Amino acid sequence: MSMRIVIAKPGLDGHDRGAKVIARALRDAGHEVIYTGLRRKPSEIVRVVMDEDAVAVGLSTLSGAHNVLIPKVCQELISNNMGDVIVFAGGIIPESDREYLYSIGVRAIFGPGTKTSSIIDFLDTISERRNSNLDVGVGDKKGWRWP
Amino acid sequence: MALSIDKNISLAKKGNRRELARLLTLIESGKKLPIKEYGNPWVLGVTGPPGVGKSTLIGLMIKKWASRGDKVAVLAIDPSSPKSGGALLGDRMRMTSADIGESVFIRSLATRNHPGGLMPFVDQMITLLTYCGWNKVVIETVGSGQSEIRIVAFANRIMLVDGPDRGDIIQAEKAGIIELADLIVINKSDLPNADSAANSIKNSLELSNTKNTVVMQTSAIDKSGISELIEELDNLEVDKARNILRTKEKLISAWDYKLLSNPDIDEILLDLESGAINLEESLRKF
Repeated sequence: MSMRIVIAKPGLDGHDRGAKVIARALRDAGHEVIYTGLRRKPSEIVRVVMDEDAVAVGLSTLSGAHNVLIPKVCQELISNNMGDVIVFAGGIIPESDREYLYSIGVRAIFGPGTKTSSIIDFLDTISERRNSNLDVGVGDKKGWRWP
Repeated sequence: MALSIDKNISLAKKGNRRELARLLTLIESGKKLPIKEYGNPWVLGVTGPPGVGKSTLIGLMIKKWASRGDKVAVLAIDPSSPKSGGALLGDRMRMTSADIGESVFIRSLATRNHPGGLMPFVDQMITLLTYCGWNKVVIETVGSGQSEIRIVAFANRIMLVDGPDRGDIIQAEKAGIIELADLIVINKSDLPNADSAANSIKNSLELSNTKNTVVMQTSAIDKSGISELIEELDNLEVDKARNILRTKEKLISAWDYKLLSNPDIDEILLDLESGAINLEESLRKF
């Protein structure tokens, strides 16, 4: 099932090779991907997700600021009544930081070495969960995470 | 359902962006909203070859418009993949000033392989946006060549953007969108040859120009020409001579849509491909 997905680069991080590869892989899997470009504020990313009526947003960070930027996006989505939006992350996010990000509503974290097919599987799964009204949005009950 | 849609529309009119975004999704999925033609929409079609700077230029224009109090909505169209059906929509990354404040709304649209890159429902989107108080609607087409004129079906003002170094004078002599544009902009005027490109077009138009098409130069690097462009657009009159062509393009657009959304299309294609029916016979099936 084709979805509209925003791929975003929050914060001061000029590396978007990964984000572009993901955007491309999602396109080839039949999704419509809106790419934000580099160095975007959390509030700008939320605005893009809102105006584009995207189902999901993927946040790519390699700067080490993930524990600041990703929660801001999650909080702003929820405070804007967009708790149904699905948040996933990628880039350099150490194992020790991941539990916290899951606890605030991130549903998947993809690190280096991830196969694009794994991300496509994730998207198929969230699409199914959404259609079955299972918890998957950033504002839904936490607990379920990929894989 | 109808009742709840009316409520969504009234929320969108009050400025609820999320409702507006959702209504646009509904329109895109083929739903007809219960709103009729509304007011006198101001719709600018921006077209031109890929890579000449259409998105960047629109990004600068909306900044100017927003700063003087206009409410601007942009429908930015990018191609869908004919293989996967997916799309990478990258226009708005060049219009970043849009992601703050309340006076700009950008929506990226994939062509979903619709011929001409424009879908009949764009009309509904324009009506909805105008109804919700967006007094300027800009449609950015996919990068396009000389004969793509579908944009006249939807926009009542046409701006053709081109770059320097786009070929010799013969390119400007060719027919097509260049004859329909109300305004022709040579962007990237900071580069060499911009003057000669602008002059080529002016010379070409001089021989047949009955409507005084304005040719301008702009640059996103040094921001030159943008204020002049905005002023020119303010003074632009709607070209009534295009009405029949506009109607014809609308008809073709609706026809294409009807053909491609026929539930039997795959079967007809297979029959046609295998030789079971010929082209004449296949047309009768629609």
